[in-house]
Amino acid sequence: MKTMQTQEEYYSGVRMLRYDLLKELVLAVAGVGIVVLGLSAFLSSPDVAPVTIATWAQNDPVDFETTATNELAGSTTSAAYGNPYNTNGPGQSWGPLAPQKWFGTRIPIDSANEFVIQPLQRAASSNTALSAQLDVWQKASSDQQGKWTAAYSAALATATVKDGQVTVADGDYGPLPVMMSNLLGLAQAGGLDGLLQVNGRFYQTDYTPSLVFMGDGGYLPGLAHQANLTGSQWGMMNETGSYPGQTWLWLYTMWYQVPPFNSSTGFLGINSGNADLGIIILMTLLTAALALVPFIPILRDIPRWIPIHRLIWRAYYSPKVRP
Amino acid sequence: MNSPATYLHWGFILISIPNLLVIGGMVVLFGIALVAPFPHGDKDDDGHN
Amino acid sequence: MDTTKPGPSSWTLRVRQLLERRLPMDHLLPDRQPYYVGSWVYVFGVITIAAVGWVVLSGVVLAFMGPQWWHDSRLGRFFNSMHFWSVQLFFIFMVLHLWGQYFMAGWRHGRASTWLIGVVIFGISILTAFTGYLSQQNFDAQYIAINAKDAMNAAGAGAFFNVLNFGQMYGLHVMLLPIGVILLVALHIVMVRMRGVVKPIDAEGAARS
Repeated sequence: MKTMQTQEEYYSGVRMLRYDLLKELVLAVAGVGIVVLGLSAFLSSPDVAPVTIATWAQNDPVDFETTATNELAGSTTSAAYGNPYNTNGPGQSWGPLAPQKWFGTRIPIDSANEFVIQPLQRAASSNTALSAQLDVWQKASSDQQGKWTAAYSAALATATVKDGQVTVADGDYGPLPVMMSNLLGLAQAGGLDGLLQVNGRFYQTDYTPSLVFMGDGGYLPGLAHQANLTGSQWGMMNETGSYPGQTWLWLYTMWYQVPPFNSSTGFLGINSGNADLGIIILMTLLTAALALVPFIPILRDIPRWIPIHRLIWRAYYSPKVRP
Repeated sequence: MNSPATYLHWGFILISIPNLLVIGGMVVLFGIALVAPFPHGDKDDDGHN
Repeated sequence: MDTTKPGPSSWTLRVRQLLERRLPMDHLLPDRQPYYVGSWVYVFGVITIAAVGWVVLSGVVLAFMGPQWWHDSRLGRFFNSMHFWSVQLFFIFMVLHLWGQYFMAGWRHGRASTWLIGVVIFGISILTAFTGYLSQQNFDAQYIAINAKDAMNAAGAGAFFNVLNFGQMYGLHVMLLPIGVILLVALHIVMVRMRGVVKPIDAEGAARS
């Protein structure tokens, strides 16, 4: 590696003019500060209140019970997710590349137990009717449980709501109606937020169970869809309200909107099922390419071909003749 | 500012007006920076130009 | 300086001499620039630094008062707004600086590592902003967490970087990542000062790097 040229050698023969860098910095800080203070004073910032399990259960009890039933059936996103939460699903992979599996079940989530059975067991300590129904559920075969959840979730599709309570048509649902109405009541009172967040501890800062449970439902994602925040709506770039979002993520979110990443058939093994993995790989490569632009032919030559630099350095390319 | 933004839908592109303003504003700002005259001290220490 | 004798055995002296050679004070704080530094495009770098200053200042106040403050207090909301808008300006100015440096081919004449550090800063800034959005403790943060976890998990990173874990995201956001950004920005500035601004692409536009 050749010795670095000194600045004296590099700039030899170049006319140097006075330029006050620190004054420029102070002016920059002041100028940017005025803009920041002005924008803050006139436009404020977004702060939409978070959804709680309580508001979910109050505002969309049918969706709540459907989600809880699906947790028991093992058909929710989290129940069949795979690592790092459980081993009930294969996760995303591309050919032999399956990094989702590499590190095992480091954040264990047993959806049916954590979100439905255990909270009900706590509630059942003072409720013998619920306790009896839970017993019926635990003692039933998984085949029988599957029949009940299938029947109940089908019935929920035409359920009615009155005073926050869900009513379904008559049918054979086993212990589910009692279990679900108790879980709904617990949720509407805020108890499920407490149980899932605190999880037997006192201090905690990890909201994984509550967020995973809410993500399994339709209510919170539905609100997100209304706010254009979902992946298929360029959501990564967007913000609530009329505020600018994360415009710098435009290229990352763009790929989710185009084939093969948004198509079920896909291309070369990449499709909507493993789009997350495919796009992460693609964006890693593109970021590496950006970092290595100085070494990549054509990419590093484009600036020479496009005369923007002739505007920036017009003092150099067409200097005014000095008297 | 808390009411939902208006979105522009053009082919597969879906962009909020605020985001479009930011990106458009950046392009305009870059263009202005290219052409606007830059105030220059044109004397060095010896008083030469 | 006599270069035929072996170097001094004192590490301290060797480091000082290296710094004096590579970054003398009049290169770190020059009061002159080449005459062709005469475009507003050159200003994008320093206003990006200015924006970082406001991000850190507002962030320090928010961190001092705790993550609940800005939801409950009007003054807190104002500082959050300052943080929000200075971050917007930071990314706007940083990308304009990137465009400028690209079209000037600022990596030439031994400056490839300066460019590379710049791209790393861009990446770490995106990560810092991401953990910030996750630390908002509002609806936006909830959905970003629920949605982003799938990408993290698909990449295997989710096993260690749990976007649903507020404590982890907040700690990364207020301490570890800002330290990284500030150190890298300082390094980036020192690298620019060590070599000086790049010369114009020569008049013939010849491919010389």
